Amino acid sequence: MPDQQFEPKIVGFLCRWCSYTGADLAGTSRIQYPSNIAPIKVMCSGRVDPTFVITAFADGADGVLIAGCHPGDCHYSVGNYKAMRRFPMLAKLLDQFGIERARLRLEWISASEGHLYADLVKSFSEEVRALGPLRWKQRIAPLCESVDIARSQAATV
Amino acid sequence: MSKPKVAFYWCASCGGCEETVVDLAEDILKVVDAVDIALWPVALDFKKKDVEAWAPGEVTVAFINGSVRLSEQLEWVRLLREKCPIVVAFGACAHLGGIPGLANATTRERILENKYFNAPTLDNPDGLQPLTACTVYGCDLELPEFWKDVKPLDEVIEVDYYLPGCPPPAKTVMSAVTAILEGTLPPKGAVLSPAKALCEACPLNNTKPETLSISEFKRVATSTPDPGQCFLAQGYICMGPATRAGCGERCIRANMPCRGCFGPAPGARDIGGKMLGALGSLGAADTEETSMVLADTLVDLVGTLYRFNLPASLLKRQYTSGTGVPPVM
Repeated sequence: MPDQQFEPKIVGFLCRWCSYTGADLAGTSRIQYPSNIAPIKVMCSGRVDPTFVITAFADGADGVLIAGCHPGDCHYSVGNYKAMRRFPMLAKLLDQFGIERARLRLEWISASEGHLYADLVKSFSEEVRALGPLRWKQRIAPLCESVDIARSQAATV
Repeated sequence: MSKPKVAFYWCASCGGCEETVVDLAEDILKVVDAVDIALWPVALDFKKKDVEAWAPGEVTVAFINGSVRLSEQLEWVRLLREKCPIVVAFGACAHLGGIPGLANATTRERILENKYFNAPTLDNPDGLQPLTACTVYGCDLELPEFWKDVKPLDEVIEVDYYLPGCPPPAKTVMSAVTAILEGTLPPKGAVLSPAKALCEACPLNNTKPETLSISEFKRVATSTPDPGQCFLAQGYICMGPATRAGCGERCIRANMPCRGCFGPAPGARDIGGKMLGALGSLGAADTEETSMVLADTLVDLVGTLYRFNLPASLLKRQYTSGTGVPPVM
């Protein structure tokens, strides 16, 4: 039974040229969609370093969406192809870590596809809701020893 | 004037870092001329009470190698932290978790089950398992607690400097010791190795084509790379783009792609994420289907991309009850 109280937290990395503009269009067209997504504007889906996605999951996201221009439409000609190639690799890596593949989505949304964006956020939110919370830190906590730490601030490399 | 004193200590490690000290060869004489070794369990007999008797600051530097997994290791490193003004994480295990850190890809229960019940070479008819306390012939015996996970040194104590590498090359060790003796250390928290990526120092860098286009990932386990050509150009995962330089390119010169023991290059918080980003950029696929086929040629991504730093990575460990296939134990 999915927890009805659970509101999934989804981080969306949206390319500035197509998908973010598409999300804007969904807003200006007053299309209703869930508020579970926190959109982040990036210059290109190819700019989405897998580290961003890993950081989102490590810091409490339940789902991550990467959205960019349709193949062939990239403002920088090939950025979205990089995202396309990284996506199955990243899904495979996260799966091995124990993060379900369905928590990561890659979609192509053009600047004119506001309705598609709204539908996507709706369906993705429901899918993640059905999966339940990820809460990575709490999830792994029983598998980690807790030690009172005096972690050095300078120790981050 | 008396010589400054240094301490060497080991936690969960293989002894390779101790070997590096011996590898200083005749330089060790310079070290011994300049400092007194106050603690070195691999070579000299010391007891914990000897260390407890040190006055604070009496021993200037503690070089600690190995990751931390036993309660006893925590006691020791805390004691050394208390006594020594400078603590150096020595080698990949203390720096990032190292090879023992790959145990974070499984659980304590699986490790114990495999070790004490399932190993093919095992004969344990009574089903004995290590206990933290037991009584033998009327004597109470204690063993340290085996933790649920492996931790890098800076997760349990404050660390002043990091000497990366598996093991750190003798040259790097020597320059660190010299810097300590001469008081020319960089700001606290620094990794004592050049702040650039390995590719910049790589002898094969000039064989890298203008654009890389990988259509299939290969493994050194199943085929042999061509010596004298950039490994990535041949489709082997070489961690060079995401790894810090300073190792002397020992593996590259032995026809082995970089495995990342020096840890993330400056600016890379998570070596696996950065490397994955690079691999995606270098792939030859241009449709969703071929991208999937390309990704299918990658084997054991956690073990490959986080070989030396799983406990220090962003996700820290594998969650084995997920849909991920648990590692073969």
